[in-house]
Amino acid sequence: MRTQIEGSRAVARAVALARPEVISAYPISPQTHIVEALSEMVKTAELAPCEYINVESEFGAMSVAIGASAAGARTYTATASQGLLYMAEAVYNASGLGLPIVMTIANRAIGAPINIWNDHSDSMSQRDSGWLQLYAESNQEAVDMHLQAFRIAEELSLPVMVCMDGYVLTHAYEQVDIPAQEQVDAFLPPFEPQQVLDPDQPMSIGAMVGPEAFTEVRYLAHLKQMRALDVIPEVAAYFHTAFGRVAGGLVQGYRSEDADTIVVALGSVLGTIKDTIDELRETGMRIGAVGIKTFRPFPLAGIHAMLGHARRVVVVERAVAIGIGGIVALNVRSALTDPAPRVYTVVAGLGGRAITTASLRALFRDAAADRLQPLTFLDLNTALVERELQRMQRRRSGPHAENMLRDVGAIAASPVLG
Amino acid sequence: MSTFQVRIHGRGGQGVVTAAEMLSIAAFREGRHAQAFPSFGSERTGAPVVAFCRIDDHPIRSHEPVVAPDALIVQDSTLLHQVDVFNGLGADGYLIVNTSKSFADLGLGELARRLRPERRLTLPASEIARATVGRPLPNAVLLGAFAALTELISLDSVRAAIGEKFSGAVAARNSDGAARAYATVLPPMKELAGAHAD
Repeated sequence: MRTQIEGSRAVARAVALARPEVISAYPISPQTHIVEALSEMVKTAELAPCEYINVESEFGAMSVAIGASAAGARTYTATASQGLLYMAEAVYNASGLGLPIVMTIANRAIGAPINIWNDHSDSMSQRDSGWLQLYAESNQEAVDMHLQAFRIAEELSLPVMVCMDGYVLTHAYEQVDIPAQEQVDAFLPPFEPQQVLDPDQPMSIGAMVGPEAFTEVRYLAHLKQMRALDVIPEVAAYFHTAFGRVAGGLVQGYRSEDADTIVVALGSVLGTIKDTIDELRETGMRIGAVGIKTFRPFPLAGIHAMLGHARRVVVVERAVAIGIGGIVALNVRSALTDPAPRVYTVVAGLGGRAITTASLRALFRDAAADRLQPLTFLDLNTALVERELQRMQRRRSGPHAENMLRDVGAIAASPVLG
Repeated sequence: MSTFQVRIHGRGGQGVVTAAEMLSIAAFREGRHAQAFPSFGSERTGAPVVAFCRIDDHPIRSHEPVVAPDALIVQDSTLLHQVDVFNGLGADGYLIVNTSKSFADLGLGELARRLRPERRLTLPASEIARATVGRPLPNAVLLGAFAALTELISLDSVRAAIGEKFSGAVAARNSDGAARAYATVLPPMKELAGAHAD
C-alpha cells in the first residue's frame, strides 16, 4: 500500500514484514526511530513472535544478534556512527562465523569532532568486515533492499548491512509502497539456517583456527562474497517479478550509455545528481550517472562494463580516506583497465553539509572541461582552512575544531540527540 | 505542476518539523508526490529549526535543502532578526508570518512591498492556537492559512493530515485551529486577488 511515511518508520515496517524473531538494538541518532518503531510493534504484538532485547550497548546488540542467529533465529539490528565502531569487534565475528544477520546503518559521520549528521564514514569503516553492503537511494529502495537483504543473507549465510543516509532518508517523509504480508511471505521463505546451535545435537560455532586452516576459512569468506555477485542480481530480478519494482542489484545506470562524463555515487545523493544531469543534458552535455547499489562485494565487472566507454568518471563520495583521498574512487579505479577513463575524486557532504544542485552543476561543468583536480573537496571553505593554517604557525595554536567554529561564528556545535 | 517548495522556520518545540510532515501528508492525500524533511538533527527546544516540504506531480528525487522557496512560513517572528529567513524567496513567493503585528510594524514594509499583496500575510496564529488548540502551538493553524493563501491543498486534506499525525481531542482542536485560520484568511485574500486581477 502506498503511504506517506517517515523513512525510519517505513524501514521498521519492512523489517517487521520479514518476520524477524530476535531484534536487539541500542538507540543512537539517526537510527533511533527505526528501532523505536520496531519495539512498539513487538510490544503491541503487531510483530509476533519476536523478542526485542534492550541491550546495554552496541557491542551487546551485535553479540546478542550473533547468539540469536546461531540459535537459528532470523535476527535484525540497526545502528550508526560511533555505535557501529563500538560494535566493530562483534561485526567481524558475525561475518567470520557466517551468520545471516541484517543490520541497518543510518549513515552518520564519525567523530572527533563529534557530529550527528550524515555522511558515509561509519559504514565505509566496515567495508572490509566481511559483511555485504547495500546502499539505498530513496526510502522506497531502503524498504525494498531490506526485504532483499534477508533473502540474500540467508541464501549465502552471510550478514548484510543496508545503508541509508541518516536524516536525509531516515527522517524524510516520502511516498513509500509498503508491500502486503502475503507478498513478503511468498518472497521470503522461513529461515533455514546453514548451522544451528541445538542442545539435542551439541556442537560449537566459533572454533579457534590456527595457521593450518585460517587462510582457507578467509578464502572461503571471499569466495562467498564473490558468489553474492550472482545472488544479489538474482534476488533483485526475483524482487522485480514479485513486486514490479526495480530496486537493489549491483549497479544501476542513468543516461550513461552515450555519456562522455559519468558520475558515480551511492546513496541518496543519486537523486540530486540525476536532477542535475537532466538539467545539463538540456544544454547538450553528454553526462550520465552510475549508482553503486552494492558496495560489498564490489561489482568490478559491472562497473567496468558501465564505465569503460566514458572519457572521464567523477566519483562523488560522502567519506574520505584520510591520507589518500577517495574510498569509492579507489575501488572504481581498480575496475577500469587501460585505456581507462580519467577518474576524479570528489569528497562531498561530510558531516551533514548539503550537496546542492548548484554545487553539482558547477562541479560537473568543471569535470567535463577537465578543469578538476584529481581530488576535490566540494564547497570547501578554503579561507577558513587558511586562517587555521596561519594560526598553526604558532606552536600552541590550540584545538582546530574550536578555533574554526569561532571563525565561522558558531559558539558551540549542536549537542548530540538521544 | 513543477516542484513547489516550502520552507518553514520556527523554534524547537513549535512543531516545525511536524508541520512540514503534515503538509506532505496533505499533498499525498491529493494524489501528489511530496517530501518533507527537517534541517537535520538540530531540533532542540527554543533553537532555530527549519523544515522543508516539496510538492510535485512527479516523483521527487532531489534531497537537497530548499534554497529558493515558493512559500515561506515563519512560525516565530523573533527569528526575523536572528536568521536570514527570507533568503531565496522570490517576488512571486508566498509568505506567512505568525505575528499579531503588521509587516510594517515588524520593520518588513519594504520586503512586503516586493511581494504580491495577495500572496503575503501576517496572522496571529499563536493566539488562534491558544483559543482553539489550547496551547500556543501555531503549526496546524498556519497550515490552514497556507491552504487558504496558496489554494495548493484543500482544508480537508490539511485536516485529514492533522488526523493522521494526532488523535482524539488534540487532533480535533488542531483541526479547528486550521479551519479557523482558513476561514479568516480566505475572504480577504480572495478580495486582494480579485483586486489584483482588475
